Amino acid sequence: MTASTPSVGSSRPKARRPLIEIQGMHKTFTNGTVALEDINLRLPAEAQFLALLGPSGCGKTTLLRIIAGLEEPTAGSIEWPTTVHDAFGKPRPELGFVFQDPTLMPWASVFENVYLPLRIKGLSRRMVRQHVMEALAQVGLRDFANAYPRELSGGMRMRVSVARALVTRPSVLLMDEPFAALDEITRLKLDRDLLNVWQRHKLTVIFVTHSIFESVYLADPIAVMSARPGRIIADLCVNEPYPRSDAFRMSVAYNGYCRDVSAALSDGMKDD
Amino acid sequence: MRRLLEYASPFLVGAILLTVWEVAVDAAAVPVYILPSPLVIARTLVDDFGTLYPSLLVTLKITLLAFLGSAAGGLAIGVLLASSRLLERGLFPYAVVLQVTPIVAIAPLIIIWVKDLTVALFICAWLVAFFPVVANTVTGLNSTDTHLRDLFRLYGASVPQTMLWLKLPSALPYYLAGLRISGGLALIGAVVAEFVAGTGGTQSGLAYRILESAYRLRIPRVFAALVLIALTGIAIFIALSLLTRLLLRHWHDSAVGRRL
Repeated sequence: MTASTPSVGSSRPKARRPLIEIQGMHKTFTNGTVALEDINLRLPAEAQFLALLGPSGCGKTTLLRIIAGLEEPTAGSIEWPTTVHDAFGKPRPELGFVFQDPTLMPWASVFENVYLPLRIKGLSRRMVRQHVMEALAQVGLRDFANAYPRELSGGMRMRVSVARALVTRPSVLLMDEPFAALDEITRLKLDRDLLNVWQRHKLTVIFVTHSIFESVYLADPIAVMSARPGRIIADLCVNEPYPRSDAFRMSVAYNGYCRDVSAALSDGMKDD
Repeated sequence: MRRLLEYASPFLVGAILLTVWEVAVDAAAVPVYILPSPLVIARTLVDDFGTLYPSLLVTLKITLLAFLGSAAGGLAIGVLLASSRLLERGLFPYAVVLQVTPIVAIAPLIIIWVKDLTVALFICAWLVAFFPVVANTVTGLNSTDTHLRDLFRLYGASVPQTMLWLKLPSALPYYLAGLRISGGLALIGAVVAEFVAGTGGTQSGLAYRILESAYRLRIPRVFAALVLIALTGIAIFIALSLLTRLLLRHWHDSAVGRRL
């Protein structure tokens, strides 16, 4: 087990400048809780599917929020070396964020919800109508543009949330246990659809989860975090080519990965 | 059939109560200057309509002005208070002071200070009616979903964008609930202020008609005026309930699946 992890997905060449580089990051909340301790994380410029795996309360969400710029780290640095700063000195690339719950505006139609990020950027409905409809089509909700969130099932609401995150064509998609509240069958389907979308878009996904099975099915690199204070205690690679079939979920190899990840997790629990 | 009964039930209850009243007054031979029967009140309402109707219009005008003033002013004050914690802490206690001061105690002062009677009555009624709108608007604006707020922040939404597209729509159900309370209070405020003002002539509202009729022991007319006030209150409440359901029917739990 590697205590300080300089990079995740180390099977890839390191020579090129990384997409994101987090060094020595700490986060202590104002109430004194140490959420994150000495986080080092480096993701290559190539599209990746990273899973951040850890027990509840280990600071995964906090780490994701810091990456999104929604929270400030107490110490350490986060950099986006390959991102060209725009005229406004915007310090990060285009991001999409999917929360644990669908986080839709209940008063607005599905179309208006997905349109929101573009609306904030000042683009008119007329200009981007086609674009919004494409994002909806990608998650299979083309026919539901005029529906209201409460008319949809939990899985469909989550799809709207994913479409909204994709509508700005982000280069990084941050997902905070997005399907955790859904039933198993819906979750498997959404996991599969997410992989398809990811492959088509060639973007980097950082996917927070507490499910070993989900992380092994979805991710290539898996960063395993310890219980509070959160540290990255292991990084593993699932060397299984995409697209991953359902057969992979039944395979011996899959079980082997799950066992390894599980062992890394329980190592982290023993540290305390 | 069940639906029909549901619609008819308030009227049935009313009819039963009125019948009991009518029969009881008849049987006990209660004099009309103590408690008139419903039929006598109805006849007075028709006979005196020429006097009562202009007064109804006066009271209605004050009520509507006070209500609209509360709807607009309450919203503006609410947005102001919710925009800064400091403003809220500094100003909110004084809004509470205005709310808890009995209007009958300050109405005479306002009537002395303000020359124009309509304006004076409007101020009194507004003071009674505006607070629920402010309190509800502030609560609504402050109870926006935190993740949605994060989302707006993530996409770099400006303060006006966040207010217009997130906070105000989130606050709408609270605001409408405030309006429904405020509508009734505007009417109460208008009537109380007219009582205090007690002026006759062309400016006299229903409250003055009640005072005048009571002095002259024309009790049926007192009741007729009361009926008009009650009907006005019910009409305001129904109108605002309709507006609420119309605006919220697509999305808010309180209005979804309910008939208009």
